[in-house]
Amino acid sequence: MQTSTSSMPLPKRLIGFFAVTIALTAAVAVLGIILGMVGSFVSNGGGGVTWTFLSEFPRNNNTEGGIWPALAGTTLLVLLMTILGVPVGTATAIYLTEFAKQDSWFARSVRFAVNTLAGVPSIVFGLFGVGFFIQFMGNGIDGWLGTSSFGDGSLLWSAATLAVLTLPVVIVAVEEALRAVPRDLREASLALGATRWQTIVKVVVPNAVTGILTGSILAVGRGAGEVAAILFVGVTYSSESIPSAVTEKFMHLGYHLFVLSTQSPDVDLTLPLQYATTLVLLGLTFLLNLTAILIRSRLRKR
Amino acid sequence: MAKDIPLKIETHDFSFYYGAKQALHNITIGIPERRVTAFIGPSGCGKSTFLRSINRMNDLIDGTRTDGHMVVDGIDVYSKEVDVVTLRRRIGMVFQKSIPFPKSIYENITYGLTLNDSVSKSDLDSIVESCLRKAALWDEVKDRLNNSALGLSGGQQQRLCIARAVAINPDILLMDEPCSALDPISTGKVEELITELKDTYTIVLVTHNMQQAARVSDNTGFFLMGSLIEFDRTRTIFTSPSKKETEDYITGRFG
Amino acid sequence: MSNPFKQTRKRPGEWIMEWSIRLVASASIVMIFLILLFVMREAATLFVSAEATTEATSTPSAGSNMEPESYNPDAPADAAASEPDVYNPEAEDPTTTQQQGEPGAPGQFIYASKNPKYPEIYNPDTGLLPEDIDVVAEDQAEVDTSRKTSVLSKLTGDQWQPVGDVPKFGVKPLLIGTLKTTTIAILIGAPLGILAALYVAFFAKRRVREVVKPAIELLAGFPSVVIGFFCLVTVASFIQDITGAPYRLNAVVGGIGLALAVIPIVFSIAEDALSAVPKTLREASLALGSTEWQTAYRVMLPAAAPGVFAAVLLGIGRAFGETMIAIMATGNAPLSSFSPLEPARTVAATIGSEMGEVVWGSEHYGVLFFMGVLLFVFSFGLNAVTELYVKKRLIKKFQGQ
Repeated sequence: MQTSTSSMPLPKRLIGFFAVTIALTAAVAVLGIILGMVGSFVSNGGGGVTWTFLSEFPRNNNTEGGIWPALAGTTLLVLLMTILGVPVGTATAIYLTEFAKQDSWFARSVRFAVNTLAGVPSIVFGLFGVGFFIQFMGNGIDGWLGTSSFGDGSLLWSAATLAVLTLPVVIVAVEEALRAVPRDLREASLALGATRWQTIVKVVVPNAVTGILTGSILAVGRGAGEVAAILFVGVTYSSESIPSAVTEKFMHLGYHLFVLSTQSPDVDLTLPLQYATTLVLLGLTFLLNLTAILIRSRLRKR
Repeated sequence: MAKDIPLKIETHDFSFYYGAKQALHNITIGIPERRVTAFIGPSGCGKSTFLRSINRMNDLIDGTRTDGHMVVDGIDVYSKEVDVVTLRRRIGMVFQKSIPFPKSIYENITYGLTLNDSVSKSDLDSIVESCLRKAALWDEVKDRLNNSALGLSGGQQQRLCIARAVAINPDILLMDEPCSALDPISTGKVEELITELKDTYTIVLVTHNMQQAARVSDNTGFFLMGSLIEFDRTRTIFTSPSKKETEDYITGRFG
Repeated sequence: MSNPFKQTRKRPGEWIMEWSIRLVASASIVMIFLILLFVMREAATLFVSAEATTEATSTPSAGSNMEPESYNPDAPADAAASEPDVYNPEAEDPTTTQQQGEPGAPGQFIYASKNPKYPEIYNPDTGLLPEDIDVVAEDQAEVDTSRKTSVLSKLTGDQWQPVGDVPKFGVKPLLIGTLKTTTIAILIGAPLGILAALYVAFFAKRRVREVVKPAIELLAGFPSVVIGFFCLVTVASFIQDITGAPYRLNAVVGGIGLALAVIPIVFSIAEDALSAVPKTLREASLALGSTEWQTAYRVMLPAAAPGVFAAVLLGIGRAFGETMIAIMATGNAPLSSFSPLEPARTVAATIGSEMGEVVWGSEHYGVLFFMGVLLFVFSFGLNAVTELYVKKRLIKKFQGQ
């Protein structure tokens, strides 16, 4: 009886060994690429990430100086995006876990819509931002209020566009946290004479706060790096100051890197800046994602 | 069964369906007030389903329906005029697995009270104390009321859940296998509790432990495959049951 | 007898809350419709707009510093002006594209550098790619005919040259570019992703898995600008060193960049699918005396096949919708060539590059939005197929036919 693999015919064993090696190589290759990428950024740009770099304005037509306005602009953008998007995402997740009957057409449509949203290319969101937010809502508001600033690209519309884009991220994270709340807890609350809504507010949601946090952080990570969706919804390459109203244009880290690396008048001068900007952007998204993952794994361990 | 004890809960031909599957068949029973009534029977016989029908916890499951009447305090609880939330406030429930809220001991007890009525702090404090005393838990936790309830042992948690159920001042206490997850010592304590509580509350107890039913209850009902086979004084059921199925179950012919 | 279980207090809040939640939840569905609707609405200008000579009433890029690609009917229709994608029409000399304080428009990748590592992309003597010589300005007759041709025939033309006397909106080069880059991306990314998923799901020890899986999924968090940047500076030189290709940025470089974006998606979903196969199947197979590999190949993979297939589909979806990498790494030239070492232009990159400069309400504007509609419909269809097909197959497999 063949009980050990060592008595198996050689070719079979070899194939098995070969196959495992190939798979291992693939995994190693992927990891290697990631490390190589990060390594090249760190080695080329590490020196450039200084405090002055982070806190100064760019000078000389973006060939020198810092990226402060881009950092500030990105921060304002994701802040606004979070305010707009997280409540909607949380409410949708609450609907999906607490109120939806599994087979109702409405629940299934919502799920399908969320999945579809997750797959829409970001440039289409950009077009949506132009067609809906700027043209329709912006011009509408302008007509209504007699202003002229809403019908143009701005921080507000970019944040709104990104809020829609990151909606699936928030929904998935919050839903996961809500589902982690044991069903028994809900039953115990209801058996004490609480209404459904009271149960949600007093028992379910407090336990899902970590999920809401995770979702928000992941969304922010996505929003900070997303350029295609805001390309023509309000981002700009040079500005004198940080935007003071949501109807103004703003600078953005990712966009800054894009223009810097593709339209720089003097590559020798700006290459170090490009690397440094990349490092800052990558570091930011990495930090955000890592935080979210840590929070989520603590949630799972509970 | 003494006919002069008023019946707290009465059912007439009560049936329950999970979709197309009939889980309870024409149950007719009268549960006397301020006594302990136990339901026994093998797994899946419907005793838990029946218990949960009393405070309409089964409403939470999609696709269920009922037939017949379930009457508590003279009112059919499935009729349209009954508000299920108010119903559940008048009936307390303790579950098989103790499920304290991840809040402090104090907050667990006061949860039901703070839902609707605004009760003053001093009233809350005294209610908390009296409930914990009733649950024989006061001495053990009086110094750590603000600690998390999750820090208690299994037996203590279950007694906390009983205290929590009692805090909303119900008339009826439904207990669904409350000791099945507990060690023998905690079980003993809970059983003592049940015997004390019956002076104030009507208790309906579901248990798969026949000896527990024999120890603790005044009346016992034997369920089998969704039907109520026999219902009588506990002593009668366990010494001279009238139905053969009851006898077979009691003597361990099937489990 | 009075009803002790009658409601003691009205609870309107409860009802309001529930319906507010339902309302908000419908936002997702509403958004999908809105996206389709409003992108289509702007695309309608394609069919409705007057000729491209419409003056712009308000430009979206007012305030930005980028200009060269907007169609200026008053500019002389000379050779230079007809090459927007290849050449900055307002610059005399490709080596100095930037006027004072003005960066070039997106789509122009001209490094004015003395650094031999980054030579000019396009031949500075002619400013044109060899293939473009025949795209130089037409005569007036052709301008007139173009106004009369139908939208459909315009779109099915062979050249994409939206700025010029005779704007050409043939999407064929764009589709070819998208096809090229997506294919390369999938050929590289799908096997890598699936094999790595295979390794992590089946062959790796638990400790290894706990490190490798999140590490690869971290790649998903890389913003596509960063990947594009990496391709632009590092990968492009690498490929050029290896192949000696004349163009630094081409479909291969772009394909590699897209692959980097595709790998984490394929890996994640494939790994989930492979891990979801019940352990009992694996144990049963091993108990019959198979090796790990035989078990993986003959039992687990087939069981996870729908999920792995979905992973590849979603990877494809990501690849063709990806914009930033496509703009930065493909050379951004709408050529109808199938050669991988030549620059290409994808549909998404076209929208991204040209939207900033287009005139509101013009034909060009409409065409770009129209392509957006195409992207949306394609991704919607892909998603629908994945959901319905995969779900059905998975259910069949695990519940028996």
